[in-house]
Amino acid sequence: MNDMSSERIEAMVIRKDRPAPQRPPMLAPGKLPRGTRLLGPLLVVVLWEAASRFGLLSPYTLAAPSTAVATGISMIADGSLLPHLAASAGRAYAGLFLGVVAGLVLALAAGLTRTGEALLDGLVQVKRAIPTLALIPLVILWLGIGEVMKVFLIFTAVLVPVYINTHAALRGIDMGHVELARTLGLTRAEFIRKVALPGALPGFFVSLRLAVTLCWTSLVVLELINTQTGIGYLMNRARDWGQTDIIVVGIFIYAVLGLLSDAVVRVIEARALSWRRSIGS
Amino acid sequence: MSIHDFKGAVFTRDLSRSFKGREVLGGVTLDIPRGQFVALLGESGSGKTTLLRALAGLDDDADHGGTYSVPQSVSVLFQDSRLLPWLSVIDNLTLGLRHDRAVPEAQAMLEAVGIGDKARVWPGTLSGGQKQRAALARSLLRSPDLLLADEPFGALDALTRLKMHALLFRLVERRRPTVILVTHDVDEALLLADRILVLRDGAIAEDHAVPLSHPRRTSHPEFEHLRLRLLASLGVETNLV
Repeated sequence: MNDMSSERIEAMVIRKDRPAPQRPPMLAPGKLPRGTRLLGPLLVVVLWEAASRFGLLSPYTLAAPSTAVATGISMIADGSLLPHLAASAGRAYAGLFLGVVAGLVLALAAGLTRTGEALLDGLVQVKRAIPTLALIPLVILWLGIGEVMKVFLIFTAVLVPVYINTHAALRGIDMGHVELARTLGLTRAEFIRKVALPGALPGFFVSLRLAVTLCWTSLVVLELINTQTGIGYLMNRARDWGQTDIIVVGIFIYAVLGLLSDAVVRVIEARALSWRRSIGS
Repeated sequence: MSIHDFKGAVFTRDLSRSFKGREVLGGVTLDIPRGQFVALLGESGSGKTTLLRALAGLDDDADHGGTYSVPQSVSVLFQDSRLLPWLSVIDNLTLGLRHDRAVPEAQAMLEAVGIGDKARVWPGTLSGGQKQRAALARSLLRSPDLLLADEPFGALDALTRLKMHALLFRLVERRRPTVILVTHDVDEALLLADRILVLRDGAIAEDHAVPLSHPRRTSHPEFEHLRLRLLASLGVETNLV
């Protein structure tokens, strides 16, 4: 008895002297500290600036970021940038608005009724397969070369991802929730308002984040056609005159607008889907 | 006897259900008087849930045979609480209720199930037991004549389950709706039910009355006797450990 207990104490002492037990490796990467996501873009800008300063990058190939920022500031100061930005934003957001509304309406029609799905889903899938730019010649014949044509093409480009994601979210509704709604005796209107739409909202926000950047992408090409305003026009004119700094200003504007639009949608999303924070957090 | 002469709560005649040619329920004939608490026991795949879903009218995808009748007002309690995550707990309870006493009644029902302070929170912040309390409150708030419960406590831990048994019993005692409780748990059935049906291969194989008064004790000899019989008929050898 005594021997056994002394043995046990000895074993404990020995264990105490051992190094701390080795923890299994983490395997999955840990959480990123705030703001470190900007590291990659910043590094590219620094390298780019350095290459320009040391003469590795000719200003005829690509202007230095600092030159472009200086050009941008002087263009804002002399009033030659903002009218173009306003013209582009007008086209992009008119197309965005129409595309989101139409995409949403079509997704609801196809997601909530069988007739709608039979009539609409195939059409949108066909539209999805056709590049927006391939429609330009036809749309010019129909709508001319003015503003209507430009807004129309942005509208058709935005419509597709809004439809696809919202429709998928509506179709992917939890069958358990549908059964619950049936046993609670909900009317169809109540079901759509309280179950189907809130359930599809996360999918709609995904589509909105795609749409707010997509509405700008067609602009550069569209603003080649019969216009004297817009960021795309500005960049193309700069190409003719070899002004790479103005081209870089245009690229910066797209990047900043894209990031800002995405951030705005994320803020709205976080408010509208505040219930989500309670899940798995 | 036709459906119209029947004065009980639940009535089935030769009720059968098959899915893509595979028969899951084969000719269930059953009469349940009003206010009876029936537990439906059976091994996995015996047809318990299929019978319950048939009575709830939730089996449009099945091939139907036979007839059944249930009361006007039926509530279903699912194994997962099925609270809509985007509605507050109290809005979940009042979902589909159109009278103006719905909110105070829902609040009172939340108090009754012991989560009166959770009315305004998102369901995602509740524990498993609290979610099931809310689901129970939602189904009883409708004052059903028939409560269909599909393994409502199956996903809860053992301690929470014991509390929920007491809670369910207390709430059901108040208005005495007819209850059909599908469960795997022989003790749960013996603690709560007036009558225990054992399903085997899609048919009712055994029908036991539970002649025990409440409150029931698992240590009661009759409890133990029925427990061993039921476990044996569910294919469980009880002298293994």
